[in-house]
Amino acid sequence: MFDQKNPYLPYSVIIDDIVVETEDKSLKTFKLVIEDEGIRQNWNHTPGQFAMLSVPGKGEAAIGIASSPTEKGYLLFTVSRIGSLTTALHQLPKGARIGVRGPLGNGFPVNSEFKGKNIVVIAGGYAFTTLRATIVYLLAHRQDYGKITLIYGARTPGMLLYRNELKDWEQSGLVECHITVDREAPGWNGIVGFVPAVTERVAPAPENSVAVVCGPPIMIKFTMPALEKTGWKDEQIYLSLENRMKCGLGVCGHCNVGPVYVCKDGPVFTRARVKGLPVEF
Amino acid sequence: MKIRINDHQLIQWIQGLITKFQVFYPLQDANSGVVHIQKATGSLNSDAILKPVSGVPKTSIKTFFMPQPEVIARFSIAAQDAEAFVLKEPGTALQTQVLLNIRPCDARSVALNSMPYAEDPYFQKMLKRTVIIGRPCDETCSTCFCELVGGSPHGTEGMDLVILKTEDGLALEVLTQKGADFLKQNPCAESAGLQPTPQQQGGQELPIVAREMQKKDLLALYNASFWPQIAEACINCGACTFLCPTCYCFDIQDEVAGTKGVRLRYWDSCMFPLFTLHASGHNPRGQKVQRVRNRFMHKFKYFPDRFGPVSCVGCGRCVKDCPVNIDIREVISLMQAV
Amino acid sequence: MTVKHAELTQEIQRQAKELLASGEVAAFLGFSAGSLPMTTRPFVARTPQEAERLVWNSFCTVNLANYLPALLKSLEPPRSPKDPPPTGPLPKVGVLATGCWSRNIVVQIQENQVDRSRLVILGVPSRGMVDRKKVLAALQGKEVLEAQEDDHSLRLKGKWGETELSRWAVVRDNCQSCRHPNPVLFDRLLDAASERQAQAPFSQIEAIEAMSSDERWQWFQQAFASCIRCYACRNACPLCYCSTCFVDDNRPQWVGKALNAPDVLTFHILRAFHCAGRCTDCGACESVCPMGIKVRLLTQKLSKDILTLFGAEAGMDVSVPPPFTTYAPSDQNPFECDTCSSKGKKE
Ligand SMILES: Cc1cc2nc3c(=O)[nH]c(=O)nc-3n(C[C@H](O)[C@H](O)[C@H](O)COP(=O)(O)OP(=O)(O)OC[C@H]3O[C@@H](n4cnc5c(N)ncnc54)[C@H](O)[C@@H]3O)c2cc1C
Ligand code: SF4
Ligand code: SF4
Ligand code: SF4
Ligand code: SF4
Ligand code: SF4
Ligand code: FES
Repeated sequence: MFDQKNPYLPYSVIIDDIVVETEDKSLKTFKLVIEDEGIRQNWNHTPGQFAMLSVPGKGEAAIGIASSPTEKGYLLFTVSRIGSLTTALHQLPKGARIGVRGPLGNGFPVNSEFKGKNIVVIAGGYAFTTLRATIVYLLAHRQDYGKITLIYGARTPGMLLYRNELKDWEQSGLVECHITVDREAPGWNGIVGFVPAVTERVAPAPENSVAVVCGPPIMIKFTMPALEKTGWKDEQIYLSLENRMKCGLGVCGHCNVGPVYVCKDGPVFTRARVKGLPVEF
Repeated sequence: MKIRINDHQLIQWIQGLITKFQVFYPLQDANSGVVHIQKATGSLNSDAILKPVSGVPKTSIKTFFMPQPEVIARFSIAAQDAEAFVLKEPGTALQTQVLLNIRPCDARSVALNSMPYAEDPYFQKMLKRTVIIGRPCDETCSTCFCELVGGSPHGTEGMDLVILKTEDGLALEVLTQKGADFLKQNPCAESAGLQPTPQQQGGQELPIVAREMQKKDLLALYNASFWPQIAEACINCGACTFLCPTCYCFDIQDEVAGTKGVRLRYWDSCMFPLFTLHASGHNPRGQKVQRVRNRFMHKFKYFPDRFGPVSCVGCGRCVKDCPVNIDIREVISLMQAV
Repeated sequence: MTVKHAELTQEIQRQAKELLASGEVAAFLGFSAGSLPMTTRPFVARTPQEAERLVWNSFCTVNLANYLPALLKSLEPPRSPKDPPPTGPLPKVGVLATGCWSRNIVVQIQENQVDRSRLVILGVPSRGMVDRKKVLAALQGKEVLEAQEDDHSLRLKGKWGETELSRWAVVRDNCQSCRHPNPVLFDRLLDAASERQAQAPFSQIEAIEAMSSDERWQWFQQAFASCIRCYACRNACPLCYCSTCFVDDNRPQWVGKALNAPDVLTFHILRAFHCAGRCTDCGACESVCPMGIKVRLLTQKLSKDILTLFGAEAGMDVSVPPPFTTYAPSDQNPFECDTCSSKGKKE
């Protein structure tokens, strides 16, 4: 839990910048700056953690932190407009004040299990957000990790997030990128196909490696056999679960999957752990 | 430590408490025969205090620890306000509240709820402001099963003070430091200087049912064949969970009136489909049987796995008031048999 | 057990067994004995053996029609929402129906919630169901450990001793004011039709109507003050089948969610209006309320108004359209509000 006397009170933040990420305008990245300087400077989190974004009057929603802790002074959140709070957020202008409560959850074990390993990042759709945080973090500590492979797919080229950064990563050669879209599209020269098929084709080797897989349930379902075929073990595969959340602190009861609270014990779990739980996610 | 008191001294003491604090006690409604927890007023019903009706009141005391609703933050949305959209502590002054004649099961529920709420500032504040004066059960009801789940009709867990019956009258026993301090400031008869009775230290032994459930395989229990039959009659209401002293789930929402807003938390129930509904429309517990199972699994498997005891004090409220007579005692035996 | 109800239990078991054994129905919806005195459980028998657990007594207060849509659906072959509806005959359900429940089934048929051809309705003329809360009140809250019913009395035992109550004195308000104890829709009738007919069916409503508007406001606030918003009343009602109830909607959010009086009262008043012209006064909502709130006084007021204004009663006849889905030139329709005396537009 983050260090604050009252974990239910968000920090006040100002929307410093807004980037429309996708062609359908359903996804925007909000750059937020914590108003209190002390809190801003002391802020730290682990890639994979999330926060509750708060629009006073509309409520809160759990959103993964898209920025890496190595990016100092601001936080990024990429938000899909889907319901009441997210719609209200999308309507806010630059300069508006909202709240952030976090960081919450466990995050990826970038400083323990991931150290010294090859990292395979597999993402579909807008679940890519915390994986952006992860990749930026890994690149900032490049020498601590082996090869970094990214397999990332979206419906269309216009639905890919963080397109400029993808280009940078690819060109730098620091990340092996396999960016794919579901169907042929004008102006797209990259890979075409679904993430599971691409995963099977590029077949990253499981030796001394970990994989982090985030995306819609259907993508995850079909990606697993692709990894199994190449010898991946459940203990090497990390998933991030997404349940309805209210408190983010393991109290309100909303997000349980069996005895586990996704908000507190997760959202990151190994596939081995998930397999031991009821299928309630 | 305890002292003898007589009826008169007890009533006088409570009369005194009423002038200083909010005092609540179970009182039977003359028309319906139903016992509700009421706020004590000047016209105190001494009989109801001296000889409380056996059994538990209709609703539990959780409302004194998790008010329904509870303001957890305030904010302004006035554009010209420099602090607009900043969420602040509600800043409500909380005075001492006294809960009188609380049965062992209800008192114990506070101790159990304190486990998940160990770091919850609101709950902790409520705990601090509340003095629980317990009353053991001389007579149990047919729906009581406190002993099965680790309590006892004479248990004192969760109480600060307890009123006991002796051969020749009453006694007042101090159980916690909070109780001792309270008595020091508000003496009853010769109570000054009473120290808490030393309580059993360290881990109280878990009831058999909790240890049994901890040992059982999670998925074997989850996939047991009896869940659909149990769920068949359930109407998925909130009666069982809202009446239950150990159900503690909540929802959070903002309400705005004019330019002033509050963030509220209020009771929620895993029996409601909305509880788990994703914004996308996907619902991990979309079926009734999944929700019914979650209630029992949470109380008798998930909670023990996390905290040790089972999340049920055997008060029998859900047994009495389930509209379709889903009897948790039967479910416990089925789960034990897995 | 009363002679009548014992006989009916036998008959229900016999017919249910026969229906299940012959395969005419795949499931039979009735009641089994509860674990406490004066309780029953809605129960689905799926085999002739299970049918032996069926009971019929004065404590069958939950409306079985409420379970029909889900039960029928559960017997259909599984399919995804995009698949076409199944063709050909689907498994049937046998169900018990008193006067009010049969009227609820009529409403469900009219509103396309159940398919008449998949039901085998066993009609049971109702003798009125007992209100546990009235028994508790009569005993000043003393716990009942054993209850036996005779045709006209209830014998109750507890640690405190034993007593006998007149059965009719503790029958539910809605049953006491019932004018249609006999099923209006059935395939078989299990007993001779009942003769009872309440003389003053709306006396409770008239008493409230006689109050001044201030008194009524007081009454309304008082009557719902102890509501805990458990929604048992809504969930027990066969009319409340909306997949998203207005209280659960968040875009827009019609009512606040907490226990604040305006929100609680809004919930009740709106729910009652949603049941207008459809409610059969089965009393399930009131019976299931853990707090003893007289929920059906609101719906009964609307039933009374609809009877006076349109001469209509819900669910009496499948072929008669419900009052709010049809229009007759003779309808009272002045578009005038007698409180604010504003006149609506006259076209
Ligand atoms: C760990 C985690 C990380 C996530 N990361 C991201 C991310 O990076 N980007 C992203 O776009 N999304 C993310 N999500 C999903 C995001 O949380 C939801 O899309 C968001 O909550 C939608 O909120 P809404 O208010 O717009 O939607 P709505 O459908 O309007 O409401 C959903 C929320 O509103 C409340 N609510 C809805 N209906 C009711 C009701 N009737 N009564 C009470 N409350 C109600 C609940 O709080 C519910 O959670 C993440 C979720 C989790 C759990
Ligand atoms: S009270 Fe009974 S019917 Fe209501 S949700 Fe609980 S178990 Fe189901
Ligand atoms: S589950 Fe039932 S018996 Fe147990 S504490 Fe809750 S209401 Fe009481
Ligand atoms: S049983 Fe359900 S409502 Fe009660 S505490 Fe457990 S999860 Fe929450
Ligand atoms: S509103 Fe009440 S009385 Fe009317 S049909 Fe529904 S449950 Fe029955
Ligand atoms: S059943 Fe009773 S307590 Fe529950 S919501 Fe209805 S009126 Fe309120
Ligand atoms: S969000 Fe409240 S317990 Fe997880």
